[in-house]
Amino acid sequence: MTDQNVLPDTSLAARSRSSSQGSDALRPVLLYLAMTALLAGTGVVMGWNYTLTVINMGLISAILALGVNLQWGFAGLFNIGVMGFVALGGLAAVLVPMPPVAEAWAAGGLRTIAGLVLGVLTVVALVVLRRRMPASRFKTLALIAVGVAGYMVTRAVMDPGVIAVEGVNSASAGYLGGLGLPVLLSWPAGGLLAAGAAWIIGKTALGLRSDYLAIATLGIAEIILAVLKNEDWLARGVKNVVGVPSPVPQEIVLQRDPGFVARAAEIGLDPVLASTLWVKILYLGLFAVVLVVLLVLAQLALRSPWGRMMRAIRDNEDAAEAMGKDVTRRHLQIFILGSAICGIAGAMMVTLDGQLTPGSYQPLRYTFLVWVMVIVGGSGNNWGAVLGGFLIWWLWVIVEPVGNALFGLITSALSADSAIAAHLQDASAHMRLLTMGVVLLLVLRFSPRGLIPER
Amino acid sequence: MDLLNALVAFLNFVFIPAVAYGSQLALGALGVTLVYSILRFSNFAHGDTMAFGTAITILLTYGLQALGITAGPLPTALLALPVAIGATALLVLGTDRAVYRFYRDAKAAPVILVIVSMGVMFIMNALVRFIIGVEDVQFADGARFVINARDFKEWSGLEEGLALRTSQLITVVVAALAVALLFWFLNRTRTGKSMRAFSDNEDLALLSGINPDRVVAVTWIIVAALATTAGVLYGLDKSFKAFTYFQLLLPIFAAAIVGGLGNPLGAIAGGFLIAFSEVMVTFAWKQVVAYAVPGDWAPASLLQFMSTEYKFAVSFVILIIVLLFKPTGLFKGQSV
Repeated sequence: MTDQNVLPDTSLAARSRSSSQGSDALRPVLLYLAMTALLAGTGVVMGWNYTLTVINMGLISAILALGVNLQWGFAGLFNIGVMGFVALGGLAAVLVPMPPVAEAWAAGGLRTIAGLVLGVLTVVALVVLRRRMPASRFKTLALIAVGVAGYMVTRAVMDPGVIAVEGVNSASAGYLGGLGLPVLLSWPAGGLLAAGAAWIIGKTALGLRSDYLAIATLGIAEIILAVLKNEDWLARGVKNVVGVPSPVPQEIVLQRDPGFVARAAEIGLDPVLASTLWVKILYLGLFAVVLVVLLVLAQLALRSPWGRMMRAIRDNEDAAEAMGKDVTRRHLQIFILGSAICGIAGAMMVTLDGQLTPGSYQPLRYTFLVWVMVIVGGSGNNWGAVLGGFLIWWLWVIVEPVGNALFGLITSALSADSAIAAHLQDASAHMRLLTMGVVLLLVLRFSPRGLIPER
Repeated sequence: MDLLNALVAFLNFVFIPAVAYGSQLALGALGVTLVYSILRFSNFAHGDTMAFGTAITILLTYGLQALGITAGPLPTALLALPVAIGATALLVLGTDRAVYRFYRDAKAAPVILVIVSMGVMFIMNALVRFIIGVEDVQFADGARFVINARDFKEWSGLEEGLALRTSQLITVVVAALAVALLFWFLNRTRTGKSMRAFSDNEDLALLSGINPDRVVAVTWIIVAALATTAGVLYGLDKSFKAFTYFQLLLPIFAAAIVGGLGNPLGAIAGGFLIAFSEVMVTFAWKQVVAYAVPGDWAPASLLQFMSTEYKFAVSFVILIIVLLFKPTGLFKGQSV
């Protein structure tokens, strides 16, 4: 277990470390200025409405990257189940603000919840039994008996409830609804939900070696998604929940507000465009506040004795353990914290979109892309992770129109209806994946410590 | 009570599909385990290597069909397979030369190589989508069934039919041949022995004059062959879709780890264990049980433990249980 969790820098980066000592302090500033220029350039070329969308998702990406950086950069934990925590956050963004569906609760709500509680009790009983019961041949039998009995009772109680709930007005509801609480509460709730899941996962999987942990987290993300897709009573599954409440005024409301229309006219904007821009700017403000708070906390953590201990554990687990540090506990702690941040970002994303679409969660987009952000930005450095979040998200978004234009140029030489032209046009959509792979490999090869290296 | 019908239903809906799926997983897991034991990292690009090999096979199949060449009752894809293996071997050898070799020479930590393979995964994923798109592709041709359900019913006079699809029979036969060939190669030939020596103790192997570049190259070629074969068999049995192949990574890794990462025998056992559990847990047993018990005991519910969408959960739960109780896997695997 000695060299499992070594960061990229130990063996490969020594040579790049010495070359850039002098410009170290200036480098992040220049890079952030360059990023701002990139976004400003996008605003001029592609329009501000489009660019604001990119920036808002960039803010969320930066938060995600902060979470993964906490786990990988601080502690060397190889979590590739980010998608699962993002999806759980998204679930919270539905369950907290949506109004409860009274009919569904009356039809089978309590029965469903009772079934759920029984299921949890079964698992708890299994864990207690496994811990407390003395080892014997009887133990395995007892475990199996409790498991099977608990499973059957749970199903017997829950199934009729689920059928009843899903039968209520299934075209528009068919689920229990949410709690009807203020929207902004759903963001911390998303963090809590993800943290709870991370606690369970961490308890079982964190003792495993790094590649085992990777596969375990990959699997858990798929399971969480399978639950979201199939348990219609929870959040309508693949039928999607739309119309998730928003913390900012809706465009349509603004357009009907005479005061707003008058102010828009003063700047010379048409009310429709002005309202979209204004909504996006409000979101930008909210997201920026969250990002700044999390970034400050992460920076404080990094510089605190706790942060130093984490990096000590990352760099040499055995030595840290010899110094009396509880490695497993610390790993659990940071795994939960990082996952909670991913959950918050997931909730923000659903609030921004106004809908939860479990079918749209894909590991390449929600797990591996975040990893590219962290590695490119600089693992172990919070400023690097944030920059990586913005830069890679910008690249991810911009590659498709650029690819389209490029392929359009190539295919303009061919006749419009030729098969090759059509194929190339379709292919431009896959330019994103190719670009991400190439960028990741280039950074790993030539600048393994990322754009803003760890100090 | 009708045990014969119950048995036929069991064979038809559980046993045959699970054996075919298990063979495909076993071939995939063998590839993963070989990379792990010789090159010493978990290759996350394996699912996409399978997808690439299959995509090439599909294009070649179309070409052969256009020329009017078919394999009679067998799928044309089998004729295209060797060429596709060659193409995939070139791709992975090229990837090794351009990407992995640098880190091998620098003696980078295994986890860095895993991240590097994530980059390769992105690129191969894009490559496959460039080549063949994201749609579902059916490319099986030739005779569809070896045993037809209706013929079987007429022949046996049972209520339940037994169907054996050509693709399932081919899967099992080809997988058995591939595994036999692999074990013969690893245990009987000079190159195979040098590969095992390299896997057991790299320094000692180098000291006794084994050429590491040759071992690595041969490993990649075998991995390409295994991955392409596994991918084509899976595609013939079900269908080809770029995203599904990427998702196969999970059961394949689960199989390799459950069997003991780095142990070829374990990879095969793990493949079948995962496949049988997946099929049995997500199968609705009502029909089988209804035959097996006296008439009035027939169950009212479907007797399905989990809906098929939760099949990932099955591979995952088995993985966790095995790792908790036997951390090196069922067969003793390596631990780097």
